[in-house]
Amino acid sequence: MYKLSGVTKNYQKGREKVAALRGVDLAVEDGEWLAIQGPTGHGKSTLLQILGGLDRPSAGLVDFDGRDLAQLREAEVTRVRATSIGFVFQTFNLVPTLSAQENVEAALVPLHVSAAVRRQRAAIALDSVGLGDRLRHVPGELSGGQQQRVAIARALVKEPKVLLADEPTGNLDEDTRDEIIGLLEAMWRERGLTMVVVTHDSSIARRAQRIGVMKNGRLNFRPSARTQAAPAQAAPAQAAPAQAAPAQAAGRLQPPDLPAPDSFPADE
Amino acid sequence: MFFTYLRRELRRRMRQAVFIALGLALGVGLVITVTAASAGVKNAQGTVLHALYGVGTDVTVTKTPTAGSFNPGSFGFGFRAGTRTRPVAGTKINDNTLAASPTLASISSSSVTTVAGLHNVAAAAGGLTLNNRTISGTVPAINVNGGGFGGGSGNGGGNGGSGGGQSFRANFSTSSFGVAGVDIGEGELGPLSSGKLSAGRTFTASDANANVALVNASYATQNKLTTGSAIAIGNSSGKATNFKVVGIVSEPAGDNPSDVYIPLAVAQNLANLKNQVNTIYVAASSSSAISSVQSQISKALPGYTVTTSSDLASEVTGSLSNASSLANNLGKWLAIAVLIASFLLASLLTMAAVSRRVREFGTLKAIGWRSRRVIGQVMGEAVTLGLIGGVIGVGLGLAGAELVSKMSPKLSAVVGQSTGSATPGGARQFGFGGAGGGGGGGGGFGRNPGAGTFSRPGSASHTVVVHLSPAVSTNVILLAVGLAVAGGLIAGMFGGWRAARLRPADALSKVA
Repeated sequence: MYKLSGVTKNYQKGREKVAALRGVDLAVEDGEWLAIQGPTGHGKSTLLQILGGLDRPSAGLVDFDGRDLAQLREAEVTRVRATSIGFVFQTFNLVPTLSAQENVEAALVPLHVSAAVRRQRAAIALDSVGLGDRLRHVPGELSGGQQQRVAIARALVKEPKVLLADEPTGNLDEDTRDEIIGLLEAMWRERGLTMVVVTHDSSIARRAQRIGVMKNGRLNFRPSARTQAAPAQAAPAQAAPAQAAPAQAAGRLQPPDLPAPDSFPADE
Repeated sequence: MFFTYLRRELRRRMRQAVFIALGLALGVGLVITVTAASAGVKNAQGTVLHALYGVGTDVTVTKTPTAGSFNPGSFGFGFRAGTRTRPVAGTKINDNTLAASPTLASISSSSVTTVAGLHNVAAAAGGLTLNNRTISGTVPAINVNGGGFGGGSGNGGGNGGSGGGQSFRANFSTSSFGVAGVDIGEGELGPLSSGKLSAGRTFTASDANANVALVNASYATQNKLTTGSAIAIGNSSGKATNFKVVGIVSEPAGDNPSDVYIPLAVAQNLANLKNQVNTIYVAASSSSAISSVQSQISKALPGYTVTTSSDLASEVTGSLSNASSLANNLGKWLAIAVLIASFLLASLLTMAAVSRRVREFGTLKAIGWRSRRVIGQVMGEAVTLGLIGGVIGVGLGLAGAELVSKMSPKLSAVVGQSTGSATPGGARQFGFGGAGGGGGGGGGFGRNPGAGTFSRPGSASHTVVVHLSPAVSTNVILLAVGLAVAGGLIAGMFGGWRAARLRPADALSKVA
């Protein structure tokens, strides 16, 4: 899915030049779940934004499905974002004036889907995250967890290849955090998504197939618990270190008794 | 989606939206009010100018007599200045003289043809402004030195009876009225064009050589003339001819109307001014051609006075011109200032709103919205506010115009005040009294009070009262709404420019 080589990113901060990324090489396979950890300010979010085409690297190659996001024109990158990349943010970032359904519909607007189809697909997407009865609620009327589920529905309604999540549970309490991560995992499993999740939270990172740690603008890998627990099974292609299968058999170590996503209470 | 989003967003920012819309409405309302008031003032001016000038006449051509060329002797009764014969005491005098207005030199009729042939001239008509003077009475039995009576009977010099003349009482009565020779062939032009027929009929082609007259309403009332009455008009040698009054015309108050109108040819005959006129009335083919017509005439007839209606407009003073300058200066600038202020306000508030929504727009961009769509959203909101403001503004403007019409019901215009003794009227009086004096201060006639005055209304300034009624045209309303929408567009452009500049990455890194 992704092939990054020698990606650097420098910022000008006042007179100082800050190197957020100092030569990152990364390959993400189709269907892989990669978690990226690391201290604040060491380049996690920058890397995610470059993966999502929200930012361009200062140097290096960002190959997404055979196209270099670093070289594409802005309109083309926008098009890639509209069709193939879903985002989930720490602060949910829903449009406060629009209802849950309309927020999800907003993701289909650039795809020139007819209004009726848009509404229908948005309703289905919200239903799949357990908010089928909250279509007309505006974000202000929803809890944090519900808002994040709307955001996940918005990210997935266009059936993207990749889901990029930046601290998706950072603003949530512990129970809700588990719900959301469970939901993400279920989606990943059901839809064969490629997922890159930036997180501080080791308990979340451990559920990924592979954990990358960003430190001082460099990315290093360490095997996740999932990888250690389940060696090579239905491996997504010729991926290097991450050979784990996204199957239940691979061992859902923590938390062991996570409820199925469908049974999530709609209200909390 | 566009409209849903737009509606929700405006509802969320209700207070700010109302503020922007009201600001634009205020600007637009002022523009409408001021424009309407200004148009009303223009209409009022038009009324005055119309009165001064006559409908259809764009340019008048006259010629000022060269100094001394006026022959004072034209006022004579049997014995003319310069002649040495003196009437015998007891001689009855009944003299009725028709002569050209002393302030206007003769113009050959061929000049009318010349003017009519100029480019952009739709029509040209000659007119003859004449004075008819009547003196009747008996020559007193007192020998008067130095040229007899002289001409000192003018209301200018003669009345005082100063100087060394012996005083005597004579039972003379004098009267005078203005006579205009009207070119019947060019009915729309000339002195009659601003008048309204109130009784009888106007001239027809068959009247060209007939002794028929139209009488100005005020003069008719004064002298108890009606259609069918007879009026005596003199000729160059003092003999009267009776004219039949065929119609009464009301000339506007601001005019300098003649009292009696007769066919031009008849007037030329009586005044012994064959093929001569003293005013040429010119209609331009369009109002935009007036100045070119003016300059052409000046070139074709050097030394002539060529007057256009705008020249006259500058002579209009009084509260009308105050209102005009108020509407044109203060009102216009106030409206522009408020409009600019409201544009600025709308732009700043829109930009501020965009700043507050950086994360929202960044998110939309992140999920694949193109900058164009985001900008369109911002613009749409701003333009909608502009439209709302425009509609409210039209309401405010109409209310304002109504208020103006209620509050300033009457404007007066003073015409000819500033020109003082340089006006034709003043010159005429001087010329008449002085030159006619002959022996200098020939003693005052015992003038029959109320028998008529020499001074024609035009020699003094007159005041015309006009009602100011603001005129709101559809164009003004469209323009105003357009302005408001433009205000919204400008605001939207600033907001959109801000929205377009933001990079989604920056927007998203701004964690609230």
